[in-house]
Amino acid sequence: MHTDFTHTHADDEAAVRAVGVTKTYGRGDSRTVALKNTTFTTREGELHLVVGPSGCGKTTLLSVVAGTLEWDSGQIEVFGVKLNGLKTADITTFRRQNIGFIFQQFNLIPTLTTVENVSVPLLLGGTKRTEAEERSAAMLQEVGLGDKLTKRPGDLSGGQMQRVAIARALVHKPRLIICDEPTSALDSTTGHHIMELLAGAARAPGRCVIIVTHDNRTYGYADRITEMEDGQVKQVYANGALRDFIATHR
Amino acid sequence: MYHLALKMLMGDRAKYVMLVGGLTFAALLMTQQNSVFQGILSWTTSHMRNSRASIWVVEKNVEQVNETKAMRDTDVNRVRSVAGVDFAVPFFQSILQARAADGSDKPIQLIGLHAATLVGRPPVMVAGDLERLRLPNTVVIDQLAIQRLSIGRPKPLGLGDTFEINDREARVVGICRTERHFFGYPYVFTSYDQALQFAPRQRKMLSMILAEPKPGLTAEQVARTIERETGLKAFTVPEFSRATIDFIWRNTGIPASFMTTIILGFVVGVAVSGQTFYSFVLENIRHLGALKAMGASNALLARMLLLQAFTVGLIGYGIGIGLAAVFGYAVLPAGQPPFLLDARTMIITAVAIVFICIFAALLGIRRVAKLEAAIVFRA
Ligand SMILES: Nc1ncnc2c1ncn2[C@@H]1O[C@H](COP(=O)(O)OP(=O)(O)OP(=O)(O)O)[C@@H](O)[C@H]1O
Ligand SMILES: [Mg+2]
Repeated sequence: MHTDFTHTHADDEAAVRAVGVTKTYGRGDSRTVALKNTTFTTREGELHLVVGPSGCGKTTLLSVVAGTLEWDSGQIEVFGVKLNGLKTADITTFRRQNIGFIFQQFNLIPTLTTVENVSVPLLLGGTKRTEAEERSAAMLQEVGLGDKLTKRPGDLSGGQMQRVAIARALVHKPRLIICDEPTSALDSTTGHHIMELLAGAARAPGRCVIIVTHDNRTYGYADRITEMEDGQVKQVYANGALRDFIATHR
Repeated sequence: MYHLALKMLMGDRAKYVMLVGGLTFAALLMTQQNSVFQGILSWTTSHMRNSRASIWVVEKNVEQVNETKAMRDTDVNRVRSVAGVDFAVPFFQSILQARAADGSDKPIQLIGLHAATLVGRPPVMVAGDLERLRLPNTVVIDQLAIQRLSIGRPKPLGLGDTFEINDREARVVGICRTERHFFGYPYVFTSYDQALQFAPRQRKMLSMILAEPKPGLTAEQVARTIERETGLKAFTVPEFSRATIDFIWRNTGIPASFMTTIILGFVVGVAVSGQTFYSFVLENIRHLGALKAMGASNALLARMLLLQAFTVGLIGYGIGIGLAAVFGYAVLPAGQPPFLLDARTMIITAVAIVFICIFAALLGIRRVAKLEAAIVFRA
């Protein structure tokens, strides 16, 4: 009954393409232009960092690209699907099939066990409960939490909670993984551990990870870094330029 | 996802207990008040269970069974001659004063039965012999009468004992069980002719006529024929019950006062449950937003909220009805307050609880429908 968005493909391996996107919040005196005619591209197989000062529009960019926020103008295409033309219900289906989310605040449901939390994307996708829980347990095993299956988020450390969140983001094998400040609530060692897990996920073919971050310890994991300023992309770094950028931001 | 919705609900102990508590309270209050009200209403028609007849013929202005407007003695024969009437007998009912042994006067409900047939006799005899009502100055009393009229006696009033009705001696020849009457007075049964002796003499003394239809005819058909041919009013038992209860609704403050409490229970249920459920939704708004971001549709989230609301509703309803029943069992032996918990009352409460649940869920559903999934990115 729903459109199937799982086998769509962009011609040029661009996973995400946002062209001339503008987003304003509020109106009148409180009107804020968060994205000003912004253009942003991510390729498949890439771990792409988005950096920039607070308030420059990173989270807003992530929100519109993930189809969780309406924007004013501009084109957004994810894996060849034009989000502009889709109805709300279809965008919801698209998210369910293609996007895994990792949030700064983890956003795990405190009354559910780790297995139950991780099983949510599978259940939403129509997987039966027992199978969903088996696959979730296996995924938790992969992120090193095989012994915490029946624990609740409240019993875990921050790093463990973020690993549960990663398991939840990856369990249904989405092609796009969206992370907003996944390491900022964690200490340095834990942060590196999390980044390694995410980098591993991104390198799979046909996949892509976009991470918004303030945390320069994560820069070394990037294949590409987009630097934003004041609602616009200031510069995109890859290859040699990327290495220089990392060196100067150590 | 539905099992997770239930875990989310029950995992939040405080809210869960609040929700179930609020709905229990609403269900209990509505059911208990409605049951007491139904009990009181049932008292108003207990005459027709203490004296049984298929057709009750009364003066044309009588509106309900507890009201008497005297008819002419000849009316009995007029009813007897109506086609379809198997038999018809005179029936006397009036409130008189009986004197207890301590000299105080107690109101009683005096019933006079046609001596030959004893139609209208009490349903259950506990002691003595109803047939002996054919002897002069005899009465059959109910257990409430024993209680009320034994004051000042060394031993409770029993078979063979006497007391005075309207200054005339009455001798107890039987004890019966009756259903309590709305006025709260004890029943004293005697023969029709004896009743006329006890009661102050008036021009017309006949209170009612009890009749039965011929086999093959319904009480309703015959009642209509009686009305047409005699100009009197004739009720079947269901008709008289309905007329009596209608009368109570129209002419007393009893329904209004019970309705007020029942509506109050409903309003409290709506307010407490709506408020608690809404704050439960608000507390979980980030998680609901996260589910939305991960691809849960509005329809799915709405169904999850409905499931949660109906789960607490069902539990609250069960406990509420159960507690009301416990209350009923506790007061039934004493008969005070009256208590009648029937399927209709349970259905009314169920409908009210369903309404409360839908209302509470809708508040949450509206909030969730407007929710932008992007809130999960906000700290
Ligand atoms: N819901 C909102 N309503 C009004 N203004 C908003 C809203 N969300 C963001 N803004 C504003 O839009 C601008 C961009 O915000 P955004 O959250 O995208 O920045 P950011 O780069 O993610 O910042 P940070 O690094 O602090 O997370 C900011 O000026 C912010 O105040
Ligand atoms: Mg941000």
